[in-house]
Amino acid sequence: MSDRVMVSARINGESTDFLADERDSLLEALRERIGLTGAKEGCNNGNCGACAVMLDGRLVNSCCVLALEVEDAEIVTVEGIAAEDGLHPVQQAFLEEAALQCGICTPGFIVASKALLDINPDPSEHEIRFWLAGNLCRCTGYDKIIRAVQRAGEMMRNGSHA
Amino acid sequence: MQNLKYVKPTTIEEAVSLLANGGATARVLAGGTDVIVQARERKREIDLFVDIKAIEETRQLSFDAATGLTVGAALPCYIIYNDETVKSLYPALADATCIIGGVAIQGRASLGGNLCNSSPAADSIPAMIVLAGEARVAGPNGRRSVPVDQFCTGPGRNVLAPGEFVVSIHFPAPAANSGAAWERFIPRNEMDIAVANAASALRFEGDTVAAARVAIGAVAPTPLMLAAAAEALTGRPLTNETIAAAATAASAAAQPIDDMRGSVRQRRHLASVLVERTLREAARRAGRQL
Repeated sequence: MSDRVMVSARINGESTDFLADERDSLLEALRERIGLTGAKEGCNNGNCGACAVMLDGRLVNSCCVLALEVEDAEIVTVEGIAAEDGLHPVQQAFLEEAALQCGICTPGFIVASKALLDINPDPSEHEIRFWLAGNLCRCTGYDKIIRAVQRAGEMMRNGSHA
Repeated sequence: MQNLKYVKPTTIEEAVSLLANGGATARVLAGGTDVIVQARERKREIDLFVDIKAIEETRQLSFDAATGLTVGAALPCYIIYNDETVKSLYPALADATCIIGGVAIQGRASLGGNLCNSSPAADSIPAMIVLAGEARVAGPNGRRSVPVDQFCTGPGRNVLAPGEFVVSIHFPAPAANSGAAWERFIPRNEMDIAVANAASALRFEGDTVAAARVAIGAVAPTPLMLAAAAEALTGRPLTNETIAAAATAASAAAQPIDDMRGSVRQRRHLASVLVERTLREAARRAGRQL
């Protein structure tokens, strides 16, 4: 085993120090070292998006990032998306539109959908499908997810948080 | 994942020395979207990752009207395709980088990584070839430039010697009356690996094609630059006949395989169709009506 290395990053707004093996992916570090189990391991090779998180403001697959790469970085996981006073509109819309069944893909979809709406508050259906092409869902057939993102966009444009 | 070490040098010299001392199992890490997966799945034996992203030259994006565009080898795709200079002067580069993987891949994946992974189906390589890209390589014996069309030597293999790595890719300034385009075929609309891809670049003098570069990918062990297609176009006006001749040359040069993504016959056909389409789009971008 290689020696563990101390990594310091801001995770969901909090300064966080954690020990990681040099071979750990960011996904493994989040789940096994830090206890943030929202990001899921799906394919573990960059195809499914279940492990999607924000890294310095960009959507990435945390399975394709090494834990040691995030020294001094800013990370937001699905755990960092809800406000103190309630769910984020994307989360609320996923519930209301029943845009999830088994739930494994949901954290990645939530993070990716919020990333889209933050830069494009009123995306077309095509833009939503294109943006979410890197997130796979084996339950819903996607249509409910697309509707949830459209609804979340409406809620956000109207300043609604529920 | 196999045990490995991670280092993050801040200078080119330091990176070269780490790679040279690390031997065959040391690997450059840029966006990691290929190499981290390869290490995990043991598709490549890797025991040292040399992260080059702290080296300023690997993150640059600089344009000079006289000398051209330099793209750092580790610069993520999303910065490339959102750049106004790239969009207006090198749109073929935007064509390819905006559709490599999905958004989460484009947040990390780089031209240098796509080139050095040297997949036959690499999306950006045909675009870089027709734009006359040159890989700027640093190594134990100093710096050298390698034209992108001569970089790959086989599936997953390339000309880099031990200790060498690609620092940046340079593209000459676009000539007047020129245009380039890239396309690929996949069964989905996005997030897939090319069944075939192609790129074309044209420069006109009056009605005559003064220079042409055509490249195809995913239809041979490496991306191919097609001298015969360029020859069929150069020195003549661009017509349906010269385009058809170039497309036929592409089918003839393709040496595809049958696999789960496509058959030999389909890929040969796609090579010609994509060459035709990219030639028409390159001409349109050069301001020509066909």
